[in-house]
Amino acid sequence: MPLKIGAGDLGQIHDHAREAYPEECAGALVGADSGDIKVVVDVWRAENTHEEERNRRFLIEPLEVKKFEEQAEEQDMVLLGFYHSHPDHPAEPSEYDREHAWPGYSYVIASLGAENVEDLRSWTLRDDRSGYDEEPIVG
Amino acid sequence: MPKVKIPTPLRQYTGGNTEVEVDGATAGEALGNLASEHPDLRQHLYTGDGKLRSFVNVYKGDEDIRYLEGQETEVAEGDEISIIPSIAGGSAEGRCK
Repeated sequence: MPLKIGAGDLGQIHDHAREAYPEECAGALVGADSGDIKVVVDVWRAENTHEEERNRRFLIEPLEVKKFEEQAEEQDMVLLGFYHSHPDHPAEPSEYDREHAWPGYSYVIASLGAENVEDLRSWTLRDDRSGYDEEPIVG
Repeated sequence: MPKVKIPTPLRQYTGGNTEVEVDGATAGEALGNLASEHPDLRQHLYTGDGKLRSFVNVYKGDEDIRYLEGQETEVAEGDEISIIPSIAGGSAEGRCK
């Protein structure tokens, strides 16, 4: 299913990824899911609370995820998924990502170097957890 | 029967229901029964050897069952059990662009 992200929200993900570099950043994608397309209406920053190796690991605590779910519902939106950055690594899910992924959510990954986001792609976990499918990002 | 609150990504396996009532005297039993009633959900809650996945967090009311009695935490009629995801990930070790 395509994921629609406007330029403003993409810009916010880029800004967050650059500010966090060389550590990983993470945040929530909220909006609407029509069944044919997911439309991102807002992106919300999360705190990366992973205790070590934040240059290649991120963690969003369960109570923060719960807060995102509740805030989205209050605003008649749904939690569509999450974004995170891969500093100096490709915008592809790692094995570690797969082990920790949930079905249904969109996982947007921004690949960046020291200066700029060079690639940004979105993925969903297959139902049988065997791998990911890429979903097209439309503007 | 206790109620289990289902997070968004798992609702596709519970017919879209946000809350499901299941039998069970403990949190572990309730989750096991939930997975038996909705078999497609099982692999997302449990590893191949039957342990709860590390990023699956279970709360009784506002308390993480890890700080209560774990899966042995007793639950009663009307108690609310929530499955709450934590979100984790990261890039592959050593694989630079």
